[in-house]
Amino acid sequence: MSLRNVGIVYRKELTEALRDRRTLISTIIVPLLLFPILSVGFGAMAVALVGKAKEETPKVMILGGQDSPDVVGGLKKLDKIEIVPAAPAWKDQIINKEVRAAVEIPPGFQSDVARQKSDTVKIYNYKEELKSEFATDKIEKYLKDYRDSVVKERLAAKNLPEAVLQPFEVKQENVAPPEKVSGAAFGGIIGYMVILLCMTGGMYPAMDLTAGEKERGTMETILSSPISRMHLVLGKFFLVLTASLATAALSVLSMGVSFSVLHRFTENSGSQHGEAPAFLLHLGLKTVLSVFIMALPLAVFFSATLMTIALFAKTYKEAQSYLTPITFVVIIPAIAAMLPGVELTPKLALIPILNMSLLCKELAAGTYHWNFIAIIFVSTCLYAAVALFLAIKMFQRESVLFRS
Amino acid sequence: MIEARGLSKRFQDKKRGEIRAVDNISFVCQPGRIYGLLGANGAGKTTTLRMLATILEPTDGTALVCGRDVVEQPEKVRAIVGFLSTATALYPRLTAQEMVEYFGRLNGLDEAALKKRVDDIFRRLEMNGFRDRRCDKLSTGMKQKTSIARTLVHDPPVMIFDEPTNGLDIMTARTITAFIRECRDHGKTVIFSTHIMSEVEKLCDTLGIIQSGKLLAEGTLAELRDKYSEHDLEEIFIKVVAPHYVSAEAN
Repeated sequence: MSLRNVGIVYRKELTEALRDRRTLISTIIVPLLLFPILSVGFGAMAVALVGKAKEETPKVMILGGQDSPDVVGGLKKLDKIEIVPAAPAWKDQIINKEVRAAVEIPPGFQSDVARQKSDTVKIYNYKEELKSEFATDKIEKYLKDYRDSVVKERLAAKNLPEAVLQPFEVKQENVAPPEKVSGAAFGGIIGYMVILLCMTGGMYPAMDLTAGEKERGTMETILSSPISRMHLVLGKFFLVLTASLATAALSVLSMGVSFSVLHRFTENSGSQHGEAPAFLLHLGLKTVLSVFIMALPLAVFFSATLMTIALFAKTYKEAQSYLTPITFVVIIPAIAAMLPGVELTPKLALIPILNMSLLCKELAAGTYHWNFIAIIFVSTCLYAAVALFLAIKMFQRESVLFRS
Repeated sequence: MIEARGLSKRFQDKKRGEIRAVDNISFVCQPGRIYGLLGANGAGKTTTLRMLATILEPTDGTALVCGRDVVEQPEKVRAIVGFLSTATALYPRLTAQEMVEYFGRLNGLDEAALKKRVDDIFRRLEMNGFRDRRCDKLSTGMKQKTSIARTLVHDPPVMIFDEPTNGLDIMTARTITAFIRECRDHGKTVIFSTHIMSEVEKLCDTLGIIQSGKLLAEGTLAELRDKYSEHDLEEIFIKVVAPHYVSAEAN
């Protein structure tokens, strides 16, 4: 095999790719901007919206309670809650977001409490509506505190300690290191994104170097040169592979930076609100390298497959119509790995894409099952070799190259 | 020298079944002479020339190009052939110089020889004014010159032109025909296909008339005029082709 010829084709294709706006956008711009926009952008927006919702003073209606002045008085004294007069259309007002919640105090509630008779206080709200949930939380906290104080008084009256009601406590304690916890929570996303971007990164160059070449009329030009078709397809293939890996590398880099920025941002905003940070993902060098080594045969598989399919098309547009559905074929197993409870088994380790997605989840959590890693690496290499063989064969078929 | 021996090409078509694009064609092109392949659209000219350039593989028969077999040694054949057609486009995102250098490297030229060769061709073809301009920004004439430079970069002894002036304006077409003559004058073996009678009359030393994949007549223009008792090439062409053309339409 003449590596010189493969190198000549590769260098030329690289020069052209770096001058192609579509390839640059899909290979460099999208992976670099996607994560900051998705994570930092949306994350910051979500934090800002939640903060704003928390700042608002919600309107709350008290239904009944005329004979329970202490409870009503306590509710009225609550910080950042505006009690509005009861109205018959209170349900509509909640639905229309004019009032965030309504609390219904049953008749004779206060005297029932004094007589140790159990009543039910109802809070009406708009489920999953953020501001309504905040108002509900405040009312519920007040009522729970009131209930606890009543219980304490009753225990004190009977000279019983508070521990009577709580003979023992149950506590959870995490023993896994933080990176494993975050890996389990977000590791699935790493696999999904690496797989998806490995494919989308290679997609445009694959179309450009095959169907695009046919459409521009340069296929016949290059076929008239003395280079063998195998060297030609290998030179093109290495460029598609480069684009695919560059996209994956930039996406992981961008993801790492985005998570770190997001972590700092939520930490700051969390400390303001007295809460713990919500996001934490540490990608160690070992994890990044492992993901890359495992992504390599997958990128080969994608690059060769994309080229084989795109070569059938006569035009760039036709190639797009062939390759777009392929994205869904790739997304489904990649997403399946993110489902809770789906874990690597010897059978799943043989299913392409799904196996890599599951493995990335484990690698991100710092777990290395070497037997699965071996099965997945070898099987993906095998699939990649078959795909590359098909791509080379396809370049030797006149009916494909000169399809009319 | 090119020597076609029973060259045939069949294609399978889903609707029409087997198509004999080229059917048992044999001819010889000598060095320092221009062989013209004259035929209507769909006659089999392009397929024949693509087989000689080893872009397509013959179904039957073969051809020798300077003694190298197009079936057995396709890469060696391509190394001594320059192929130019209106279908051989340029890479739009490469400059004229990069385009020519790319093909020079593919033809095995080392960097020192390539630089010398490219400088020489660009000077001869007066291309220095646009050597760093991208091919998609070139005028039609500049593109044709770049294509010529691309075919010449490895100084091939055999030149194959497939309807090289098709769709070109008269000035650009003249550049091409002048180039074809120059190739002959330099002792190269030249074969070119066309359906333009005037080009044949001006350029060809030997002429082959092709229709329905068959070579129906061959000879110098004088020989064909004698044989068909017609002076006008168009009349000779009609006499040769008409019976087969009707049968082709009926099919």
